[in-house]
Amino acid sequence: MKTYYNAEDLKKFGKIGDLQKPLADKFFDYYGEVFKEGALTAREKSLIALAVAHALQCPYCIDAYTTESLEKGCDEEQMMEAVHVASAIRGGASLVHATQMMNKIKEISM
Amino acid sequence: MKSLKAQHNPIAESSYELEILNGIELTSFREKMDQIGLFPLKPVDLKIFQINMGKMCNQVCKHCHVDAGPDRKEIMTRETLEYCLDIIRQNSFHTVDLTGGAPEMNPNFRWFVESVRKIDPNCTIIVRCNLTIILANPKFHDLPDFFKNNKVEVVSSLPYFTAMKTDSQRGEGVFEKSIKALKMLNEVGYGDASSGLILNLVYNPSGAFLPASQGELEVEFKKKLRDRCGIVFNSLFTITNLPISRFLEYLIRSENFDAYMEKLVDSFNPSAAMGVMCRDTISVGWDGYLYDCDFNQMLDLKVDSVNSVHVKDWNGKALAQRNIVLGNHCYGCTAGAGSSCGGATA
Repeated sequence: MKTYYNAEDLKKFGKIGDLQKPLADKFFDYYGEVFKEGALTAREKSLIALAVAHALQCPYCIDAYTTESLEKGCDEEQMMEAVHVASAIRGGASLVHATQMMNKIKEISM
Repeated sequence: MKSLKAQHNPIAESSYELEILNGIELTSFREKMDQIGLFPLKPVDLKIFQINMGKMCNQVCKHCHVDAGPDRKEIMTRETLEYCLDIIRQNSFHTVDLTGGAPEMNPNFRWFVESVRKIDPNCTIIVRCNLTIILANPKFHDLPDFFKNNKVEVVSSLPYFTAMKTDSQRGEGVFEKSIKALKMLNEVGYGDASSGLILNLVYNPSGAFLPASQGELEVEFKKKLRDRCGIVFNSLFTITNLPISRFLEYLIRSENFDAYMEKLVDSFNPSAAMGVMCRDTISVGWDGYLYDCDFNQMLDLKVDSVNSVHVKDWNGKALAQRNIVLGNHCYGCTAGAGSSCGGATA
């Protein structure tokens, strides 16, 4: 079945360099550096990436960072909490705009 | 849950497993080893004499490469164990590693451990204890004292520090029993750095993915087990699941086989390949046949040494000259940080 998202396409990510190599090289070098052990552990970074993947609703990233989180020794409970963090921020980002709505209500109401 | 053999599952036949493993459309393990100058793979000095005392076990773990369980009746006889003792007498092995099934279920287990200790007061004797055996029957309750008296190093699987993940792999209630058994081992001094009694735990992934960094996971395990359960242990070994037996059956059933093999091949690490355990180990099957490792044993791939394939015909010189038997399952030992019965290798 033809779909916009195909799990097999994730393996072709590196091929974006076929059309513009210098920029792709810079991106992948940067990407590799970002995920190295630093002030944050590689494990903490995998959980952040998992949460962001859910916030962005990127199916490739969700597949990749679910596996990565498990391979960094995270358990299902920790991973689900990370997704809840993403959800809370997304939900909160919508709700906090209610203050703007309330301001406007006040502004135009008697 | 029954063993694959009792279910008459075709994967219980090693020839069928090998057919599946040889059918992958990826670079073969032998080719990969050839590319880095490690084919044929030769042994180094023999240090570890690993004995599979039988396939009988009180547990039926979902990933078990032995397909062990209560319905498996293959048990090493006293006669075969006598041959093993002769070999231990003639060689100065660094380690005698006892595995199974649950090795403690072999009726000659205690006699054998005491005999090995008499022959060599200093060698490391490892028992791969599944923990729950200690609580399975009153006759096993004194195992911690027996291990202590014979200076046995205990290596035990604990897939995770939570009940959910442990029980999903090793069976309902296994986590709780394992924690009780670990406390019994701690009570006699195991895991206490000053006691000299070594208790190591083994982590292996609960699914089609590679293990986490051994060092990082050890820190996490130590903290969680100490804080939540008051348990101490010495080291954590991370072991990759090899695509054989029950884990192979799971991979095929869950349609993860191709992706998992691809992951193992893509993660091939030449440093891990240099340090594979089969180079300094000989594995003895329950029936006395010799293998390069416990995994080759389960695939019935005997040592490539015509004059020394059974403990009855042990010939150290012939074994030292053999070529190690390799197959695509070996990718499990060379992926990422490497994997062996003693954990990561690279």
